[in-house]
Amino acid sequence: MGRGGAALAHSGIARAMTGRFTFVHAAIALLIALFLLVFLAIPVFTVIYVAFTNADGSLTLSHFQSFFHLTLMRESFYNSLVVGGMSVAVSSVFALPLAYFISRFQFRGAILIQTLGVLPLIMPPFVGATAMQLLFGRSGSLNLILGDWFGINLPIMEGLNAVIWVEALHYFPFILLNLTVALNNIDRAMEESAQNLGASGFRLFRRIVFPLAMPGYMAGAALVFLKVFDDVATPLVLNVTNILAAQAYLRITSIGIDDPIGYVASVIMVAASVFALWGSTLVMRGKEYATLQRGGSTLATQRLKPWQAAIAYGWIVFVLLLVLSPHIGLLLLSFSRIWSFTVIPEAYTLQNYVTVFRESSFMLWNSALYCGIAAGLDVLIGTAIAYLMLRTRLPGRQTLDFIATSAVAIPGVVLGIGFLRTFRDFSVPLADVPLVSFWLIIAFAYTVRRLPYALRSCVASLQQVHVSMEEAAQTLGAGGRRTVTRIVVPLMAGGILAGFVTSFLTAAVELSATIMLVSATSDAPVSYGIYLYMQSIAGRGPGAALGVIAVTLVALGTYVSYRVLHSRNLRFEAHQAMK
Amino acid sequence: MRLMFRCLMAAILALCGFAAQAQQQVVIVTSFPKELTEAYKKAFESRNPGFRVEILNKPTPAGVAYIREAPAANKPDVFWVSAPDAFEVLSAEKLLAKIESPAKEVPAKIGNYPINDPKGFYLGQALAGYGIMWNTRYLAANKLPEPREWADLTKPVYFSHVSMSSPSRSGTTHLTVETILQGEGWEKGWQQMLMIAANCAAITERSFGVPDGVNNGQYGIGLVIDFFGLAAMASGFPTKFVYPSVTAIVPANIGMVAGAKNAENARRFINFTLSPEGQELLFDPKISRLPVLPSVYKKAPAGFPNPFTGKIKPKVNFDSELSESRYYVVSSLFDHTITFRHKELAAAARAIYQAEARLAAKPNARAKELLTEARALAFTPVVGEQKSKDKDFLALFRETKRSAQKTKQLTGLEEYWSSTARKNYARAVELANQAASLAR
Repeated sequence: MGRGGAALAHSGIARAMTGRFTFVHAAIALLIALFLLVFLAIPVFTVIYVAFTNADGSLTLSHFQSFFHLTLMRESFYNSLVVGGMSVAVSSVFALPLAYFISRFQFRGAILIQTLGVLPLIMPPFVGATAMQLLFGRSGSLNLILGDWFGINLPIMEGLNAVIWVEALHYFPFILLNLTVALNNIDRAMEESAQNLGASGFRLFRRIVFPLAMPGYMAGAALVFLKVFDDVATPLVLNVTNILAAQAYLRITSIGIDDPIGYVASVIMVAASVFALWGSTLVMRGKEYATLQRGGSTLATQRLKPWQAAIAYGWIVFVLLLVLSPHIGLLLLSFSRIWSFTVIPEAYTLQNYVTVFRESSFMLWNSALYCGIAAGLDVLIGTAIAYLMLRTRLPGRQTLDFIATSAVAIPGVVLGIGFLRTFRDFSVPLADVPLVSFWLIIAFAYTVRRLPYALRSCVASLQQVHVSMEEAAQTLGAGGRRTVTRIVVPLMAGGILAGFVTSFLTAAVELSATIMLVSATSDAPVSYGIYLYMQSIAGRGPGAALGVIAVTLVALGTYVSYRVLHSRNLRFEAHQAMK
Repeated sequence: MRLMFRCLMAAILALCGFAAQAQQQVVIVTSFPKELTEAYKKAFESRNPGFRVEILNKPTPAGVAYIREAPAANKPDVFWVSAPDAFEVLSAEKLLAKIESPAKEVPAKIGNYPINDPKGFYLGQALAGYGIMWNTRYLAANKLPEPREWADLTKPVYFSHVSMSSPSRSGTTHLTVETILQGEGWEKGWQQMLMIAANCAAITERSFGVPDGVNNGQYGIGLVIDFFGLAAMASGFPTKFVYPSVTAIVPANIGMVAGAKNAENARRFINFTLSPEGQELLFDPKISRLPVLPSVYKKAPAGFPNPFTGKIKPKVNFDSELSESRYYVVSSLFDHTITFRHKELAAAARAIYQAEARLAAKPNARAKELLTEARALAFTPVVGEQKSKDKDFLALFRETKRSAQKTKQLTGLEEYWSSTARKNYARAVELANQAASLAR
């Protein structure tokens, strides 16, 4: 898109906008490709080629045959699909009403809900599962009360259901975040037209609003599915092993790093995840989602009638209580000295926080640094790929998207081992430190692992920006770079921020690759610190305290970032109104 | 953006400069909890000014992988975990350096188990026995008697109140399982193991999951290594711990990595852990491990078990070679017939116990026969004792290089174990239900 774009006849611009690419585009694409090659493709390849090779190095598919011969593996594969699908369903039940309330009604504390809704993401799933055991487990607070009063025991935290329950509560913010952004971006004129034509209530939502927000919903749903499909820690903390990710992990870590079946399981997970993504794009193929006008400024959000407000607030309070239950459990644990077979802890102390501040406050900085670098790189790369994909015809742009997205399906252990193998023979320039022992490697591992989240958010938000905005800018004489920085990126800001936040939060709780890559305690991030504490009998309290501090800090950060974005939107609107 | 990049570069350079400064340090890969490692780090550093102890905490299998994959120029110095098998793996791959014990006073053997590696690649640093811990409140609330022996845990009253880990996930559980197998013999040992496992509420993924679950009351009873049980009591949890008569005492080990970057410092640290001062640290209530130096027990807190006086009477003379030779068979068999089939196994036990309860009220000869058959199906290992000694069979599991042919053989076996176990458990449920309906 050079300056020549402006000179083109108006009718030709649309095709020109999506039909061209320049040297700059190609250079950016190459840079990204190089990054992905070095930090994703090569490390993963060094590991998974085991799945395809015989002992003498020749290629074979025999391991795949052996794999499918195992009933256990077929069963695990099926269970993984069930858990993934059900988690998406349950997450949607939590997220859909919340997103709709926030974006369509005048609502006190909408920002609060959004911030609280993000909270589950910052808690490492294994910690969340531990805390939920304390509340909902077989001897958890709830069941102790029920047992006392009614003599019953609800098996909430048993088997696959427990996994679905914990995962849905943990990952529904993916849907909430993406869907809220999508709903805010819908042209209100569409809704107004529908209302003028007599549609209202649920019909309006089902026929107009939800279909228009589909890109956001699908982006969120696909992420939930992939994430749940790939999650090792949660099923394992709940002692569920008949799941594909758990089987891959168990085989690689217990039978041995050279056991091909574990790698076959990894390859199949990659394949299934890619298939799920492909399926989600298939649903949206051939549909137009971009609307001309951006929401927010045209139509004021509706006022709730009293009975509606009652329902809305009731649901919100219910969901928030559920969502916050692991945090409540963790908070109690962090102040407890002894908590055993009682509804709430019996002895309280502040000692856990003292211990954490004395021993481990540096881990908070490490996490902030690594995750900041990772999330920053992620939205940078994500925005670039989204732009190349949707606005240029650069050859190979789909491949970039595909490779970047496939990272979501690479188990952390596999990536960790791949990093160790790939970088062990290189050292950091100017210093006698091997690359694998260098902290930046951890940040890069996070970048690669969380890139898919940022990418999905960026793609979804760019899909909703109509290309005519850029055409207008170009017609008015803006160059390619100016159009991107002044028009495209500001219009995508909500999605980019959502991407940054999700990448940051999920990187902060990453554990499986972290365990492989941390080579000095002084380089350790918070997730590793919590894991360390939680491994010892006297240490669960400090572990919980560290978790509470991390959750609080990130909640504050998220809240501030939303405030910033919100006030910017307000200024933008005020500016327009004055014209 | 440019600013961000500059900051990043500055940070990188600063860090490189920092890292380039030479410092006397010793890098330790360990799976031990923070209480233990922190205590040693603090004591060693105050004793040796100018030295820095860097602790890398990793689960044992990840620790082994880390040492194997670490670049030659930057190998960690010390490996320090419980499971002797992990040391065997490393020494077989020539990843450990020979080391001389500084503590001549340490006896050669505890029971039949050599405390230091006879080949000289690793040293016993503490001793550990295996036992049963329970939550007193849980037992009281569920009106359960306190267990004393492994065999107690096979009783129907404990159904779904017990918990244990899997030998493939935890070196300590592997030793517990192997102790029972050696103490009771292969067939009887597996029978007992299957019955205990059937009574489990969960087979936990981490060995720490067991004491953790017992502490917070999620499970009533757990099979644990002694320091988990002792440390929980010392921390004030309402729990108790006993050594059953079929127990073995085995060392937790420490060794020096071959090609360690700071070999001299590694030696200094290992010597410290075996000095009287280093050994006494083990008495800390939050650590609660048994020292290998007999003389330091003089300073032990009241009630602390001393394995050298014969107060704990281990019946089992643990044979580490036997354990090592069938390591993968035991782990894999356990996983495929117990861990991954736990739901089916527990269902079989439940059906059998229910039928037995009915039968007790209304005896019936035919039903009794059916139940005997059901018990045999549910609680017999799918690999017989004869097969477990077969050299070719064991060799199949020992080789680490996996060809397509071998993978096929192995997965074939796993499939056979898994499907046979499942069939047996399902059939046991059927038989038990028949028996129950006869007793109606």
